[in-house]
Amino acid sequence: MSTLAPGSGRNPDPWAPLRTTTQARIGLGRAGMSLPTAAVLELQASLAVARDAVHLPLDVDALLSGLAGLGLGTPIVLTSQAGDRSTYLRRPDLGRLPASLDGLPNDGWDVGFVIADGLSSKAVAEHAVATLRALVAALDPELRVAPPVVITQARVAAGDQIGQAMGVGTVFVLIGERPGLSVADSLGVYLTHNPIPGRTDAERNCISNIHPPQGLGYAAAAATAVNLLRGAQELGRSGVDLKDTSGMGEIKDSLD
Amino acid sequence: MIATQVVNGHSYQFNSLVELLGKASPKRSGDELAGCAASCETERAAAQAALAEVDLTTFLNEAIVPYESDEVTRLILDSHSADAFEPISHLSVGGFRDWLLEIAARPDASTTLAAVAPGITPEMAAAVSKIMRNSDLIAVGKACRVVTAFRTTLGLSGRLATRLQPNHPTDDLRGVAASLLDGLLLGQGDAVVGINPAGDSPQASADLLGLLDEVRQAYDIPMQSCVLSHLSTTIGLIEAGAPVDLVFQSIGGTQGTNTSFGVDLAMLREGLAAGQSLGRGTVGNNVMYFETGQGSSLSAGANLGAGGRPVDQQTLEARAYGLAREFSPLLVNTVVGFIGPEYLYDGKQIIRAGLEDHFCGKLLGLPMGVDVCYTNHAEADFDDLDTLLTVLAAAGVNFVITVPGADDVMLGYQSLSYHDALVIRHAMGLKPAPEFEAWLKRQGIADAYGTVRGLELGASRLRALAGAAS
Repeated sequence: MSTLAPGSGRNPDPWAPLRTTTQARIGLGRAGMSLPTAAVLELQASLAVARDAVHLPLDVDALLSGLAGLGLGTPIVLTSQAGDRSTYLRRPDLGRLPASLDGLPNDGWDVGFVIADGLSSKAVAEHAVATLRALVAALDPELRVAPPVVITQARVAAGDQIGQAMGVGTVFVLIGERPGLSVADSLGVYLTHNPIPGRTDAERNCISNIHPPQGLGYAAAAATAVNLLRGAQELGRSGVDLKDTSGMGEIKDSLD
Repeated sequence: MIATQVVNGHSYQFNSLVELLGKASPKRSGDELAGCAASCETERAAAQAALAEVDLTTFLNEAIVPYESDEVTRLILDSHSADAFEPISHLSVGGFRDWLLEIAARPDASTTLAAVAPGITPEMAAAVSKIMRNSDLIAVGKACRVVTAFRTTLGLSGRLATRLQPNHPTDDLRGVAASLLDGLLLGQGDAVVGINPAGDSPQASADLLGLLDEVRQAYDIPMQSCVLSHLSTTIGLIEAGAPVDLVFQSIGGTQGTNTSFGVDLAMLREGLAAGQSLGRGTVGNNVMYFETGQGSSLSAGANLGAGGRPVDQQTLEARAYGLAREFSPLLVNTVVGFIGPEYLYDGKQIIRAGLEDHFCGKLLGLPMGVDVCYTNHAEADFDDLDTLLTVLAAAGVNFVITVPGADDVMLGYQSLSYHDALVIRHAMGLKPAPEFEAWLKRQGIADAYGTVRGLELGASRLRALAGAAS
């Protein structure tokens, strides 16, 4: 019986070549029949990072100062009807509704950006500004872009309400995805053409897994987003009928 | 049906069976989200007391989901056996609980319970579960025995099988093989080696099936494999001659839920016939593999019942089992913690739901397994998984899901590790399926007594299956 993790001691880890084929936690060794200490502690640490990412509140001020440099006008800050994290997790319906839409400007913009904390504020803090910068750079300069909206305790569909209230043709929602054990800061971008309350997931397109350097990069995500935007404008709708040429249009239902 | 119940000087009225079932359900976030939960603990206690008074025959006369508009209801009521129901036909829900516990304590319990199963509707099973404590669910769950077979025999007394789940984010064959090898060396896979494909491309599924079939034949492993593609994809693969062992599909407890999954009864019958036509089983020909989970109907917007009222998620889950039993499946797996905290908020709710699902499925005559799992936004952790695995093993669960190091890198959630299954088998004296156990002994992975201790990579000829250097 091995009570040591594989590869400890003098012998090289025989699993090493297999580990290059998968991120799965293979060849962990055994303590009796159980996981060895090192593997258990590593799992606990990964879980702690993922759990903290779910519950960490978004630092809105830091996000606003990052957004200020993008030249998109003064950002608007909203909250959803889910008053706290516990309510947010239990009540996806409340996370889809802004607490108030009063005072939102409406000027018939072509494109609007909504930044939502979703299930990982860490993803927003680390990747939202850079993703938005890449998106703005990739957009057709002729398009009229609304001032960005930041909303906390929010789900993707909050963008439908906001987009409609602001008279936006196509809304992009940048949102923190559910943290996994390996990645806790993955950002998703959801495109909804002609946003109105009641749109379903099948009417959106999604670019997920944005978290360079391991995940999708900002420029690549922006290129796909702009490609989808062009397609949605031509087709007159977004969603399952709109195929994105790079094959990354699948909706992830955990953030609906 | 209208029921009134007084608790602590306060009178509560319940205007329909649907309302009563919802309010009698142990607390869970999904019923609160759906708007069918009790408003306070006292109302819940009143509903449970009122439900205990309801006669079982009421469930044959009052459809929870309308007969006219729902083919699952039609299947449940049209296939109900009056003969099997006869021994319990005089009972109320409360009387049924006592009867079940009394039968469970007898030596011939499994025979009696199996005989009555075709007379129990899913709604009766759900109703009685709502007034049963966790220990009741264990006692009766353990007394039910549901044995199925394909290349291994599952559900026998003193056995606990596992689905080895070697998922990979890009369906990379070498990566899948590496996780498969790791699992086999730790004695996993006697229920099935089952892969959730990352995409729904028929070619990718065919490649995965080919890999699993090659490994099975090369090492003479008594196992069945499954790639969990949509039913329509699998039927196409069977027609194209791919080595399909089991036919998989996710199902729910209403016609609308199944529509959202892209299936109906007719398609399921077609899938069953296609799977059985291959005759690939050696010790049995149960070919269907179903997955379910509380909350799927609400998630699909298909959770309304009689009077347009929301039906509680546990009753709808039991109805999915009512659908499943039409197809004599090899495996039914409730993916209990996967759906998220808006349906099952924390470890307590997940553990309760896992026991309820196992009990209801077994009582209805199904070979129940459970994916003991959680997502990172639920209030749960590895200790909760350990607890749920232990109570399920005590309840005689047919199989559980296991993944390398408890971390499914494709689906992004935590299930049991291969090691967890070894520990619980050892702690509770449970063995793998007999055919698989014999193979594990031949490989030196299990000892002469059938205790699975695992084998180091360098000590096994299996290492070649993943291309590891010798």
